[in-house]
Amino acid sequence: MNQITALDKTVQTNKTKISARNVNVHYGDSHAIKDVNVEIEDNTVTAFIGPSGCGKSTFLRCLNRMNDTIDICRVTGDIQIDGENIYDPRVDPVQLRAKVGMVFQKPNPFPKSIYDNVAYGPRIHGLAANKAELDEIVEKSLRRGAIWEEVKDRLDAPGTGLSGGQQQRLCIARAVATEPEVLLMDEPCSALDPIATAQIEELIDELRNSYSVVIVTHSMQQAARVSQKTAFFHLGNLVEFGATGQIFTNPEDPRTESYITGRIG
Amino acid sequence: MSDISQTPSQIATAGKAPSKHAGSLLAQSPHTKKRNAAERRFRAYGMAAIGVGLLMLLILVTTIVGRGTGAFQQTYVTLNVELVEKKLDKSGTRDLAAIKKVTTFGYAPLIRDAVAAKVAELGIETDLKPKALAGILSKDAAATLRAFVLENPDQIGETVEFRFLTSSRVDGYMKGRVSRDSIANDKNISPEQLDIVDAMVGAGTLETVFNLDFITGADASDARPEAAGMGVSMLGSLFMMLVVLALALPIGVAASIYLEEFAPKNWLTDIIEVNISNLAAVPSIVFGILGLAVFINYMHLPMSAPLVGGLVLTLMTLPTIIISTRAALKAVPPSIRDAALGVGASRMQAVFHHVLPLAAPGILTGTIIGLAQALGETAPLLLIGMVGFIASNAPETLADGLLSPNSAMPAQIYEWAKRADPAFYERAWGGIIILLIFLVTMNTIAVILRRRFERRW
Repeated sequence: MNQITALDKTVQTNKTKISARNVNVHYGDSHAIKDVNVEIEDNTVTAFIGPSGCGKSTFLRCLNRMNDTIDICRVTGDIQIDGENIYDPRVDPVQLRAKVGMVFQKPNPFPKSIYDNVAYGPRIHGLAANKAELDEIVEKSLRRGAIWEEVKDRLDAPGTGLSGGQQQRLCIARAVATEPEVLLMDEPCSALDPIATAQIEELIDELRNSYSVVIVTHSMQQAARVSQKTAFFHLGNLVEFGATGQIFTNPEDPRTESYITGRIG
Repeated sequence: MSDISQTPSQIATAGKAPSKHAGSLLAQSPHTKKRNAAERRFRAYGMAAIGVGLLMLLILVTTIVGRGTGAFQQTYVTLNVELVEKKLDKSGTRDLAAIKKVTTFGYAPLIRDAVAAKVAELGIETDLKPKALAGILSKDAAATLRAFVLENPDQIGETVEFRFLTSSRVDGYMKGRVSRDSIANDKNISPEQLDIVDAMVGAGTLETVFNLDFITGADASDARPEAAGMGVSMLGSLFMMLVVLALALPIGVAASIYLEEFAPKNWLTDIIEVNISNLAAVPSIVFGILGLAVFINYMHLPMSAPLVGGLVLTLMTLPTIIISTRAALKAVPPSIRDAALGVGASRMQAVFHHVLPLAAPGILTGTIIGLAQALGETAPLLLIGMVGFIASNAPETLADGLLSPNSAMPAQIYEWAKRADPAFYERAWGGIIILLIFLVTMNTIAVILRRRFERRW
């Protein structure tokens, strides 16, 4: 997959999964996200790039309302998933998060067995009627997370005992187990070595077949390798959004060009 | 980062200034020497401070052990008592109600006869009357005898072997606390009685053995220090701890979880937080008078009851438990909460499935330390009437244990320490040993729990 250069990427148009209109986020007095409009497509990997503190992680966390846990955070605007506003008062964030899974920057498996890590989501959402079904979900999810072969003989071992890359793939399997439709990834490879990173990137490309994947990354190379669409954030603004090939070869905004050529950031 | 057009500016470098580190690295500069000396001095102060602390601990432990171990030994005399039917059961019907009418005064002659018989049997020559001979026995002996007869009325008429407590003076003589010189002005014992004691020791009739009654028994009146034990006050402490555990743990943990995980951070929760910390610093006697006013005077709960003691100690322990529980919850990394919320757990599921199990060892440790604190607390008990001679028998039911008057270990120690007889003083030290064993055990359990289950991220 590393041979694929950004230029060759074919971009087919898929149906819109998430659409954000005039999204503003305030942390107390600071204005973290300013009037962001973006359309995220189904079966597509969308990368958010930009320098530290530009708001890309904040925006990502708006998409499954993880920002709700921060008292001082205020989100305005309209974010729709499949045409439904997720900030509608009738929406239960718990239900939303089952539909929009998330993988975090630092691998954070529960300090429980590998099996229980994956089985936790299906259990609390009642996705399995019996143990056999649950076993099946766990196996399927671990296979999707491309970690089944490595852990199938020690499902009872603690998830925290795995290596960093394995832990992150376990976290992806855990996120996949609840059968989400969107998968949010907040710098999933920043704590991993290059080999583990390559494995995760390969996995992301496969996940695209089933989900809409949104990935925040610091590495422009990674964005170029895994994504079809790229959004460049700068100081809380969405500066440019378009096909990855176009952003990396022919950016329209001078700020985007400065960033991808390494002059800022 | 924000200014895109910025180019790196040239740093103007002037002519090379002379080095500030000209001297050899092999020789220490005066400045370094001074710093090193200061460091050595500081280490010496630290070691001296630790040394003083250890010395104090050593003095404390040796004093307590030296003075308290005596309480775990007690002197007994073995006598054969004839349970004369004519005196104990005149009607001969073995009717328990009739036998109960005979008070301990009625038993005293039997004991006098038994001592006199023993002295005669051993061939000890003495001018002492039987009454004076019986003076080497505890005043508790008649009560022991009566209790036996009431339990075994069929033994009336037989001769039974008994092991009686000796008086506290004889016990002190055996332990070296009382000497022939020190009793010159003591009306309770005479040198002639001590002669008898010496002879009985020689014959093996009188001996000092391990004192189980001290650990299991009840407090005794001023005249019978040899019969006093910690057992009932230990039960009092136990029932108080049950109340504290049953109330302080759930209330404290629930309050901490709410404050830490759910409550919005605003001025109200800030005030609550500050006041919880303040409560932890309130002197315990304040909780005592609060308990007196609210639980006894207003709610009319019984005086001296472990239930009230437990309620007061709950008030005192709550801040400790809340503070340690919040610390334990805070120590669980937010990534665990994120992970749970990220797969669609509700906040409560995240807390109860993931955060709480990880915080449990810390909560448990805090609870045990809070309980240990409460166990050793005396001041609030003074105000709710748990100090004094509360001659209670061991409670038989849970309700009895909670509601009938009782003392507690530290209150019992205080009570003994303020009584006049030096034999009680020895028991106060012995009580301290028992209390310390409990406290050290609890703290050790807390440390082990923390070590074993502590998780590092």
